[in-house]
Amino acid sequence: MSAPLLDVADLNVEFATPAGPLHAVRDLGFALQPGETLGIVGESGSGKSQAMLALLGLLAANGRASGRAMFEGADLLALGETALDRVRGARIAMVFQDPMTSLNPYLTVGRQMGLVLAAHRALAGAPARRACAEMLEAVGIPEAGRRLDQFPHELSGGMRQRVMIATALLCRPALLVADEPTTALDVTVQAQILALMRDLRERFGTAVILITHDLSVVAGMADRLLVMQQGQCRETGPAAEIFAAPRDAYTRSLLAAVPRLDRPAALVPPPREVAGAPLLEAEGLRVEFAVAATRPLGRPRRLQAVAGVSFGLAPGEILGVVGESGCGKSTLGRALLRLVPVAGGRVGYLGRDLTALDSAELDPLRRDLQIVFQDPLASLDPRMTVRDIVAEPLETFEPTLDDGVCTNKVAEMLTRVGLDPSHMNRYPHQFSGGQCQRIAIARALITRPRLVVCDEAVSALDVSVRAQILRLLLELRRLLDLSLVFIGHDLAVIRQVSQRVMVMYLGRIMEMAPAETLFATPRHPYTRALLAAAPIPDPVVERARERIGLPGEPPSPLSPPSGCVFRTRCRWAVARCATEVPPLAAHGASQVACLRAAEI
Amino acid sequence: MLRFILQRLLTGIPTLLVLVALAFFLIRAAPGGPFDSERQLPPEIEANMRRAYHLDEPLPMQFARYLGGLARGDFGPSFQYRDFTVTELIGAGFPVSLRVGALAMLLAVLVGVSVGTFAALRQNRAADHAVMAAAMTGISIPNFVMAPLLVLVVAVGLGWLPAGGYGDGGWRHLLLPVVTLALPQIAYLARLTRASMIEVLRSAYIRTARAQGLPLRTIILHHALRPALLPVVSYLGPATAAVITGSVVIEQIFGLPGIGRFFVTGALNRDYTLVMGVVVFYGTLILVFNLLVDLIYGVLDPRIRHDA
Amino acid sequence: MSLVRQDEAPRSLWQDAGAALRQNRAATVAALVLALITLSVVVLPEVLPFGYEQTDWDHIATGPSLGTGHLLGTDALGRDLLVRTLWGGRVSLLVALVATAVSLLIGVTYGAVAGYAGGRIDQVMMRIVDILYALPFMFLVILLMVLFGRNLVLIFVAIGAINWLDMARIVRGQTLSLRNREFVEAARAGGVPAARIIRRHIVPNLLGVVVVYVTLTIPHVILVESFLSFLGLGVQEPMTSWGALVNEGAQELETSWWMIVFPSAFLAVTLFCCNFLGDGLRDALDPRDRSHR
Ligand code: SF4
Repeated sequence: MSAPLLDVADLNVEFATPAGPLHAVRDLGFALQPGETLGIVGESGSGKSQAMLALLGLLAANGRASGRAMFEGADLLALGETALDRVRGARIAMVFQDPMTSLNPYLTVGRQMGLVLAAHRALAGAPARRACAEMLEAVGIPEAGRRLDQFPHELSGGMRQRVMIATALLCRPALLVADEPTTALDVTVQAQILALMRDLRERFGTAVILITHDLSVVAGMADRLLVMQQGQCRETGPAAEIFAAPRDAYTRSLLAAVPRLDRPAALVPPPREVAGAPLLEAEGLRVEFAVAATRPLGRPRRLQAVAGVSFGLAPGEILGVVGESGCGKSTLGRALLRLVPVAGGRVGYLGRDLTALDSAELDPLRRDLQIVFQDPLASLDPRMTVRDIVAEPLETFEPTLDDGVCTNKVAEMLTRVGLDPSHMNRYPHQFSGGQCQRIAIARALITRPRLVVCDEAVSALDVSVRAQILRLLLELRRLLDLSLVFIGHDLAVIRQVSQRVMVMYLGRIMEMAPAETLFATPRHPYTRALLAAAPIPDPVVERARERIGLPGEPPSPLSPPSGCVFRTRCRWAVARCATEVPPLAAHGASQVACLRAAEI
Repeated sequence: MLRFILQRLLTGIPTLLVLVALAFFLIRAAPGGPFDSERQLPPEIEANMRRAYHLDEPLPMQFARYLGGLARGDFGPSFQYRDFTVTELIGAGFPVSLRVGALAMLLAVLVGVSVGTFAALRQNRAADHAVMAAAMTGISIPNFVMAPLLVLVVAVGLGWLPAGGYGDGGWRHLLLPVVTLALPQIAYLARLTRASMIEVLRSAYIRTARAQGLPLRTIILHHALRPALLPVVSYLGPATAAVITGSVVIEQIFGLPGIGRFFVTGALNRDYTLVMGVVVFYGTLILVFNLLVDLIYGVLDPRIRHDA
Repeated sequence: MSLVRQDEAPRSLWQDAGAALRQNRAATVAALVLALITLSVVVLPEVLPFGYEQTDWDHIATGPSLGTGHLLGTDALGRDLLVRTLWGGRVSLLVALVATAVSLLIGVTYGAVAGYAGGRIDQVMMRIVDILYALPFMFLVILLMVLFGRNLVLIFVAIGAINWLDMARIVRGQTLSLRNREFVEAARAGGVPAARIIRRHIVPNLLGVVVVYVTLTIPHVILVESFLSFLGLGVQEPMTSWGALVNEGAQELETSWWMIVFPSAFLAVTLFCCNFLGDGLRDALDPRDRSHR
């Protein structure tokens, strides 16, 4: 084996905090060969990002790093700022998570790239511009020349991440460090970016360190793996070996916690056949938002967030709603509970039209209809105690309830969701994210509702916590005989918990089918593309997969395409797709909105 | 961009109208007329004078007449300085006020921004703390306190500079007024720049720039300065208003023949047209300046420019 | 980095902020000094042997001295400077409190209504604020004082009327963002009526910014009042205020230095402490800073 490109030993990172020193990374060591890809995997707080920031001297002001990191003959940790500046950006480049905030919004793309070339290559003017344009083309950005003069906010999310990567590769670095490069992106765009990174790695022979919380992302990328927990390395070795036979207990639990898209759900019971009236029924539901006019004094434009959605939900059923960001799934969830004004259609609940009720008539019904939000901390009032937060719906619906009885009910509910009731006088900021989500669930369930909408309820949580919360939700559903509408962007999670799945795109239903049917035989081109794009946490499966990428990104909901809204990205699109709106029609057990569903 | 300018101009007009109307009707609603001090005037003469000044017409007429005059840049005659029009008085005082005010603003922005940036780069170190303590002091000492104190020390005590007067308008006469006028603004701008610079330096895109190995100078000048200056730019409007207001007392204390002095004497003598002329004049000035500031902001922030 | 703190007592955000404020030595000292100034302004004039308009014919314009009993000296009319400064402080602080209360009342109501109503109503209300905001208010206030004479009530109203604009803007922005926060949405989903949402969720979460803003408004009001008094447009003789005293001092600059130095010092120290306290409160109450820890 040749000399390693990067050799890290005894890396320690400490932060000075008011509460005393915080040891973020402990005695970390690893080596990276030229051209190799190392995946660093860990949950939040594992120190995975801090370790890499430390190597590049990018720690926050209260951070200190010690140890040794040999790179091309020099110890990175011993270099001064000036010497480090000759390494950063030139020999080691970094790509960050959120391309919107990581690019300077005040400078054009060309200017930001140009500054890098000027600093490392002393290149300016026309040659620099040419080099930048070439690199933009290399990362798959069309019309590179024009893009150079645009500002980041004029580009789409995927495009911005491509710009980040192009800038990183400008000086042909020997090592590219990518810190959660696809976490902020939709799954189809994530697939594009991962494919691009694989391709560029081959073309430039760059070594890559891929930092991520998502085991499925590294499965298809990494040669070797390093699993971190609480600042320490738990296990390291060839990726294939670790995925096949993890030795460390933590790694094992982590792998077990990751839901797999390619396996049937273990968590949900098969749907019961229900006769009789549905619990909830939407008919041609539409939600519109006014968007500020582009011109002064112009009329505000209408954005159709939900554009005619119809479905029924049986008592006790779990419906999964999935789609990319901006597809209207969250708005749909809120519209079902009338938390946003409904522009058209109706929502029937046990035979009553919710959209026709005024708030005095609606409020008593809210007891039956609850919601759990994505960000657990934001959904709890920071100035109220946990007891008051959980008790609030109870006090609203049973104002005559005795305080002591109320407290007892809260304690009982907290126990149910796995919290210590003796903590009920604490405030939300004193709990972890997972605990906060348990509190939010307790609040939603305290009135014994019939339906709970879970809006990305586990997306903000770490994998292991996520699995616990999902299990808790399903357990409570069984006990309390709830119906759930489970909204999410992660197909694997949706598969794990749903009995029926609805796929949305630009405010419309593309396909709706029983979960197993949908995942086994997706019929709509969009569903197929989604499934193909979602990575699977298994290097063997991942590498053997045929990659049919979905090009481009969803168009703006302000100006949806005519006919089939998916046609601009559809492989099977034909002329009539532009003129005819495909109805949601039955094909076997599935309902599909595609004109060519029968042929493909 | 043109549309942006037009839009801002359009929003400025109602403000101006409100200002003029407010000033006008406040004055008419006030007890006691402008000739109160000369109560012995025979009634027919007073009536003549009222007619001469159009005070006998109904209010809406007077207002329309006044607006018409304004449109032509005519603020009407002064009640006290009988031989001058208000326009002439303002015209005489403005060069002095402008000179002092503009120099003070310039000084404030230059010193304030550089000191603020300097402190931000040394965040939480001794130099930073010293600068910020000084800035806090600067904010807490009103300039009508600072001015006499400086006169007491520099002019009366040490005798280095004249205690007042405009003289030939040379630096010896301007230094103290300009510095006292600028000090609170320097302090405010320094705090503002420091806070916004620190905020910007914490942002993700600065981390990106550091990861790209750009030298600190490049990062500050090319990446950080522009966004850090945005809050400073939007403060320029209020700063101008504050400097103009401050100039009223400063001109008074240092005996400078600017608009502020006319304003104070006018106010004490109930010279309605003069007071109102100054209010409208300075109000317009501030509005125009706010417009300019908006435009600068639009140039600095690409997102605003595209939204408009 | 989420640190799960297991064994700890309940701590509300207010308790957190209080602790942070006590940690801030500058703010603590500032608060103490302010308390001291307020106390002496209230109590001392009742105790000291001179009245604010009482002339001591034996000591006209004498410097500070222990022997004469005039600790800070006397003015050109032989009035005790300490007593007059304290009386000036009473006026300045009273104006500050009342005018701040006025701006608080108008500003919070206006801002909260605009923010909670949203939509068209909010747009119109804020447009009005924008227009008023662009007016050179200081000049209008001076105009007002000139026209309607110099009485205290007018000062209260005029100054309060300037400051409510800022307050309205801040409260409106905060309300708007609170209204869209998930915990408010969760309360609505829980069937909590609007009035109760405002009382239980919006108002307590507004309180932080309002408290900070009030501490920063008070020095501003003091400044405006003393500015007016300095120009001779504020309170009238023989009653006085800090600004008026500074003005008198400025006229006797070359003969009686104490007449400008002491009132100036009181004024500057008060402003200084208010600003420091306001800064400290803002740091302590800023939720963003807390999440950094
Ligand atoms: S209708 Fe046409 S464009 Fe739409 S999904 Fe089917 S084939 Fe594709």
